[in-house]
Amino acid sequence: MLAKKHLTAAMLAGSLATALTLIASQAPAQDMAKEKCYGVAMAGKNDCAAGPGTTCAGTSKVDYQGNAFKLVAKGTCTTMKTPKGMGSLEPMKS
Amino acid sequence: MQAAFTAALLDAGHAPPPGLHAADTTERFAVYRNNVVSGLIRALASGFPAVEAIVGAEFFSALAACFVRAAPPTSPVLLDYGAALPDFIAGFAPAAELPYLPDVARLELAYTRAFHAADAVPLATDTLRRLPPERVASLRLQLHPSLQILRARHPVATIWAMNTGRAPLNEIADWSAQDVLVLRPQLAVDVIPLAPGEATFLETLQAGGTLGEAASTALDAAAAFGLGPALAALFIRGAVIAVETSEQDEE
Amino acid sequence: MTAMLPSVAGTAFKPAHFSALQAETTKPGFIEVHAENYMGDGGLPHAQLTALRAEHALSLHGVGLSIGSESRDLDRDHLQRLRKLCDRYQPDSFSEHLAWSSHGGVFLNDLLPLPYTDATLLRVIDHVAQTQDMLGRRILLENPATYLQFAASTIPETEFLGEIAARTGCGLLLDVTNVQVACTNRDEDPAAYLTRFPLQHVGEIHLAGHHAAKDRHGMPLLIDDHGSSVSARVWQLYESVIARIGPRPTLVEWDTDVPDWSVLVAEATRAQAILNRGAGKAEAA
Repeated sequence: MLAKKHLTAAMLAGSLATALTLIASQAPAQDMAKEKCYGVAMAGKNDCAAGPGTTCAGTSKVDYQGNAFKLVAKGTCTTMKTPKGMGSLEPMKS
Repeated sequence: MQAAFTAALLDAGHAPPPGLHAADTTERFAVYRNNVVSGLIRALASGFPAVEAIVGAEFFSALAACFVRAAPPTSPVLLDYGAALPDFIAGFAPAAELPYLPDVARLELAYTRAFHAADAVPLATDTLRRLPPERVASLRLQLHPSLQILRARHPVATIWAMNTGRAPLNEIADWSAQDVLVLRPQLAVDVIPLAPGEATFLETLQAGGTLGEAASTALDAAAAFGLGPALAALFIRGAVIAVETSEQDEE
Repeated sequence: MTAMLPSVAGTAFKPAHFSALQAETTKPGFIEVHAENYMGDGGLPHAQLTALRAEHALSLHGVGLSIGSESRDLDRDHLQRLRKLCDRYQPDSFSEHLAWSSHGGVFLNDLLPLPYTDATLLRVIDHVAQTQDMLGRRILLENPATYLQFAASTIPETEFLGEIAARTGCGLLLDVTNVQVACTNRDEDPAAYLTRFPLQHVGEIHLAGHHAAKDRHGMPLLIDDHGSSVSARVWQLYESVIARIGPRPTLVEWDTDVPDWSVLVAEATRAQAILNRGAGKAEAA
């Protein structure tokens, strides 16, 4: 353990030099203060509006543990190419 | 009254509470049921846009409705409603065909938390220049309060970027596990895939370990860990907000 | 004397409109945000609100306090959060709803109705007093959009609100769309409701779009979805109120399918025109 610790300390000093070189070679960071308040906004989640009061979201009796949940995921998972068995609903031809 | 009202709101099989007065109490009460459930589905959708894109709006609504009934909010502040959604998805049988989905939800939860985390000013990169080389091993770094590390079994940052419009939807050639850093140095949240050992390095620092300890555990975790690049990245990414010199000597 | 909103037209603020609002040369009379959306520790929401607060009159509108709750005490943690927010942003107005939204530790995220009885009146009066004590300011209480009533109710809503205002010193937020929605849903004339409304306590007015449906018996069922422009009937009712009491701070709300900033500006401009016509011809300002 002791040897390892000394090794690490020595490496750290060397790594600091490496890190300094890396930082110096970085393009000057863009002025992050300019980011101001224009970042990617997330909509607030609390509001006082009623939802679509005539939908059936609240009254449908969906039970995913029984057989009632018949929906199949139909978003990008059907087009996103992932390896077979990794969740693509249209597995890649291997 | 409110106990009966609440119970009937969340259980569609429940009759409306007694004492209501309307032309058709069942239909009118259904308006409140729909408001409650669809409002919470909307709140979840705004926090988990990539999950919604992956499964589609219809599937997401049904999934979210199940979650809302199983785990309604316990606070009037909905900012991070859905903290339990990733685990819920992991146990949600209809989504079992998408094993990467809980990881995507975990990343989106970390993103929301980073978005609302406390503000702190990152140290400039030239702080690194002023560190005394002989004492580097004993330094402790205070990391940004928004910093979170996610260890995923799937290339979750890539999947997330493709499903939030940040990258084109494409074939994912490298389907290996990914460690991801979520950080908000200023106002925008960064999602950054980490190099081998970096997650351990950051976790050790976050737990209060010295740079020496962090480097040592990271090397144990991954022989390929590069301390120099990791150290530079800490400052370039804006992850460090203070440097503390240890009281006790390393020797 | 607590700060007051100016008696002009204001606009609800959504984060997506931040750049458009900053670029605007004619500022809205005031902006209003939902308090609960600013209860995170930091980040963009607070950065935006801080920047906006420096240039605009501000109304904080709470949507989660559950003032109409049956429980004896309001949520102390939530009152503390509201207090912190008011201390930080010093809003010109803080308002909440005559409704409940939490029960038994569960937050239902909707403005739910309560029966109007002697017992619930005392409870709400106590809750308004708790809120005003904690915030150290007078609040405004908003009339709800409702879809059903309670057999147990013995006090008309207008009288219930008037009693709360008289006995706590709070003001009222008159949501004209809620009047149209609730009255239509219980087959009552909204104009008659407004004749009985204690208008002397009104410190702010809300206007929003609603969805018009029919129930399975063919009767009109209005839903307060804040998802379209203000209806002609609501504009009419609003103008009649302004003609009677003179200009009051008026907010145009839009929460569902939020349109471009310019659409909200057009709605606020229309409200301002009515306020201009109403100036000077108030019966009792």
